[in-house]
Amino acid sequence: MIVVAFVSFSLFNFVGDPVNSMTGIDASYERQAEVREILGLNDPVYIQFSRFLGNVVQGDFGISYQLKREVSDLIAERMPATLELVFVSALLAIVIGVILGVYTGIHRDSFVSNVILVVSLAGVSLPTFIIGIMLIYLFSVILGVLPSFGRGEVVQLGFWATGFLTVSGLKALILPSVTLSLFQMTYVIRLVRAEMMEILQTDYIKFARARGIKKNAINYKHALKNGLIPVITITGINIGTLIAFSIITETVFQWPGMGLLFINAVYFVDIPIMSAYMIMVAFIFVMINFIVDITYYFIDPRIRLKEEAS
Amino acid sequence: MLNKTFNKIYDTDIGYSFFNSKIAMISSAVLFIIFLCSIFAGVVSPYNPFDPASVSLMDAFTPPSWSEGGSPSFILGTDQQGRDMFSTIIYGSRISLIVGFASILFAMILGVFLGVTAGYIGGRYEIIVMRVTDVQLTIPSILMALLVNGIAKSVISQSMHSEMAIYVLIFAIGISEWPQFARVSRASTLVEKNKEYVSASRIIGLSNVLIMFKHILPNILRPLLVIATIGLALAIITESTLSFLGVGVPPTTPSLGTLIRFGNSFLFSGEWWITFFPAIFLIVLALSINLLGDWMRDALNPKLKIR
Amino acid sequence: MSLLKVKNLNISYPTRKETIVASKDVEFTLERGEILGIVGESGSGKSTIANAIINLIDPPGEITSGSIKIDNDELRDNEELIQEIRGKKIGFVFQDPQTSLNPLFKIKDQLIETIQTHLNLDYQDALKKSIQLLEEVGIDNAEKRIEDYPHQFSGGMRQRVVIALAISCEPDLIIADEPTTALDVSIQHQILELLKDLTKKRNLGVMIITHDMGVIAETTDKVIVMRHGLIVEQGDTKELLTNPKSNEARSLVISVPPTNKKIDRFKLISPDGKEITSDSKNLTKDIIKTWGARENTNQKLLELSGVTKIFDDKSLVSNFSFGSKNETTTKVVKAVDNVSFELFEGETLGLVGESGSGKSTIAKIITGLVRPTNGEIFYNNLSLYNSKRKYQIDKSRGQVQMIFQDPYSSLNPRFKVRDIISEPIRLFQKNISSSELTQNLYDLIDIVGMSRQSLDRYPHEFSGGQRQRISIARALATRPRLLICDEPTSALDVSIQAQVLNLLKDIQDELHLAMLFISHDLPVIRQMCNRIVVLKNGIVCETKESEELFNNPEHPYTQELIRLMPKIESII
Repeated sequence: MIVVAFVSFSLFNFVGDPVNSMTGIDASYERQAEVREILGLNDPVYIQFSRFLGNVVQGDFGISYQLKREVSDLIAERMPATLELVFVSALLAIVIGVILGVYTGIHRDSFVSNVILVVSLAGVSLPTFIIGIMLIYLFSVILGVLPSFGRGEVVQLGFWATGFLTVSGLKALILPSVTLSLFQMTYVIRLVRAEMMEILQTDYIKFARARGIKKNAINYKHALKNGLIPVITITGINIGTLIAFSIITETVFQWPGMGLLFINAVYFVDIPIMSAYMIMVAFIFVMINFIVDITYYFIDPRIRLKEEAS
Repeated sequence: MLNKTFNKIYDTDIGYSFFNSKIAMISSAVLFIIFLCSIFAGVVSPYNPFDPASVSLMDAFTPPSWSEGGSPSFILGTDQQGRDMFSTIIYGSRISLIVGFASILFAMILGVFLGVTAGYIGGRYEIIVMRVTDVQLTIPSILMALLVNGIAKSVISQSMHSEMAIYVLIFAIGISEWPQFARVSRASTLVEKNKEYVSASRIIGLSNVLIMFKHILPNILRPLLVIATIGLALAIITESTLSFLGVGVPPTTPSLGTLIRFGNSFLFSGEWWITFFPAIFLIVLALSINLLGDWMRDALNPKLKIR
Repeated sequence: MSLLKVKNLNISYPTRKETIVASKDVEFTLERGEILGIVGESGSGKSTIANAIINLIDPPGEITSGSIKIDNDELRDNEELIQEIRGKKIGFVFQDPQTSLNPLFKIKDQLIETIQTHLNLDYQDALKKSIQLLEEVGIDNAEKRIEDYPHQFSGGMRQRVVIALAISCEPDLIIADEPTTALDVSIQHQILELLKDLTKKRNLGVMIITHDMGVIAETTDKVIVMRHGLIVEQGDTKELLTNPKSNEARSLVISVPPTNKKIDRFKLISPDGKEITSDSKNLTKDIIKTWGARENTNQKLLELSGVTKIFDDKSLVSNFSFGSKNETTTKVVKAVDNVSFELFEGETLGLVGESGSGKSTIAKIITGLVRPTNGEIFYNNLSLYNSKRKYQIDKSRGQVQMIFQDPYSSLNPRFKVRDIISEPIRLFQKNISSSELTQNLYDLIDIVGMSRQSLDRYPHEFSGGQRQRISIARALATRPRLLICDEPTSALDVSIQAQVLNLLKDIQDELHLAMLFISHDLPVIRQMCNRIVVLKNGIVCETKESEELFNNPEHPYTQELIRLMPKIESII
């Protein structure tokens, strides 16, 4: 985390001249010096860094160069949109992914499995933005069933604007979340399938069969439990990837989330937003990593009981 | 002579698997054609779409030759500036392929070097390398590439942007992909390290460098090849995504992703072909690579029982 | 009516190149209260037969014809009956206890699940029965231990759990596929006694599959000898072992190293049935010409003094977790504890011990693969490790060589044989001409008894025994004076073992090599070594001349090892 903060900080200060971007190229030298003074850019580096950290911890990320607003406000505004999108996509990707993965792993050569696999291959080969465009074309332009941009109506719950509670909100959620989840879903399907196939060839499964344990019990109890372990790590990485890919999806669907904010920031070299985004995202990743570790600890008895091993 | 080598290849497990898999053969054929076309772009494509002299706004928005209003001199139609779609696609795929290959090559060299040395040397060096790898693996490649790109953009002065853009892009995508190679190389190195032929070499005093790169490396190539192939597809997709978002290759040397972006604005106004054809081409490219990679993964996997 | 009746069983594996016949026209019976052994070398098809009975052959193998009857019920093509019988009438025990149990489920759950699948008991009754079963197989504190996970049991205990699972539903037939191969000698003895016990108490029919003749001699009533999928001989164990009629059976019996006396060379049977009794064939005269003859001075070559090695095993998990709840658990393993011995030129010193005795670690310390924590190692009176505990390779430069246990990982699969053997030569003689090098290669490959064409092939084209020969050639390439053999034949079939060990003996005789022979196999050690060091948990128990050690063991551990080792002579 500290590393990320430092990188953000250096971005902020040393890359490009923030003052220039803020005041416009034509501002006079005096004006620039004034701004510099206000921003405290004349202080030595370590003071600036600690001030930066202090600010960050308080949620103050500075002011956007381009939009001239408090970055923290911008982020707070956009966060619910992104998070809702990511949440729904993650749910779709994991739930459907696991189900299909288990199915194709167990019924290796069936026709249905092969169909699923071919489709999943498409999911990996199609860039997200193409999927998005295709879906828009199909559902919005040709069929006119679903909206092609925006979030629909939102209901304000405190500071959180949710789209879950309105029909138009839900409708608007469908295309983007399907687009976003497709890539991940494919990945999950293939991973779970590979896991299941490998597990079904292990000795302990063979031994279970030799003891006469029924096929269903073997598949859905023994094999599945072992197979789910890597899925947990994947879930962690999943959420991370989804957040990243949400950038694309938000662009295609004009979804007002953090991703869209970030892309514009990169385009306009809007440093405060970029560094704020980086920090937020890094924070989320670290949290996810941590949660995954803890979950592993509780699920796999080998790790939990290592100290007590005979 | 040729017959004999063909038989020798067919006899090996991999060769047999290849010639029996229609998918593998078709994908490789498709890829081969695409490669050839991009290398000999000048010869294959009817026009050079980036030579301003050969482009005329009068030809803009011509639909594909089989639909109404189309013309046989522009098989797939023209875009908003009058450039022939077929030609732009061929040139565009060349850029996509170059960026894709270069970045994967970079990622592979960096990743394999770090992975093999980490696995072999161990100790704190290994822990540090793997830490960095793990952390970076949780950051998805798109984000990584975006970040590096963004940072580079702000570091390099405006005027140099266009020239350096491609190198920056290659670097960015490469940086985002190396951890996969590192992780697999390290895992494979750990397995090989414990094998007795490595001990035998150490006993006679063979230098560590020689052991790593002469003995161990050839034995870990198989899984690396699979990752490289699938990584190539991913790199190409990443590049096209970045270009689509506008932060990839400069518009003067458009890749397939850029072309799609160009066409996106006209999708709903009816000039569908400007986006459609580059998109299809990109999909075919990525799909072939993925299919080949998939087949390779199954063919090279010792654990799956060969029938 | 026999418990098990197999008739005309034919199993084959269709691969793309050819169809491999795994078993052909196999026929035998097994009665209740009997222990039947199936013995044969690797690839003979013994495991396949066992798997076939419960229809668990790995695809693409399949039974092409024949009949398998349990108590006169035909099992073939009767998937329903087979499903019912698995576990209920037939209990199966696999070889590797480590991988046989599902690591994520408690023992309790695995037992109860099995019981409830076949018997109509409710949870409480099933639990009671499970605890009883564990006690019956000899697990103390069963009530508490049933709540444990598989990885919390040691290897031998795990195999007992596996046996408990196999007998849990009161089967009449137990099939055990190499049940003790992965275990130490003392544990092996216990497990076999347990099986014999259960056979009597429950009147079971038991089928044991093994390649170990000693196990056959001590445990079985009847025996079947298989080779290449065919039964070459079967009958009463005592009779077959004292008076084998077929060539294959004779070859098997005669190649087993005798446990009660020392002989000069391992006996072999040539394919046409005659015993090979040739002496050392003067193999090495060519290479001695190139190397220059060495006199046998009988001086002290190697000395270990107070060598100790402690392994620190910091839990890796804690390294990779963010502020995790696992503390750094340092598992301290004392692999080698204050070991001292001497080795003289021309002699063979044996290091014998079970797993965890430290014998392999000692070999690694001598060759510089592992650093000792304490102690001195002298080669030719020069210390091999300097004050910073760094291995001084120039002190021993190629004079200490090693051959390893696993023939499948000791040769780099990507190198041709000629490159494998020439690498050490080129390392020590940088300016050797290519013709000299080739001559060297020819000499070496001749010594180990392989054809010169082998040089241009790759390791995977050779069998285990041949690969060990190539390893020997590679070891000899640097003109060593000390050859360390770390379990060189443990992975080989008994007749191949005899050949390779004879080769080693011959080479040693002619080149005046000193040999450090490491093994867990007592009879082999007796035949190969002049003096023996017995190790347990890293500590030297006893060091003696081999004949004296076997006839008059002093240390209780040695006495127990000798008492428990499976002896083929026991039946004669």
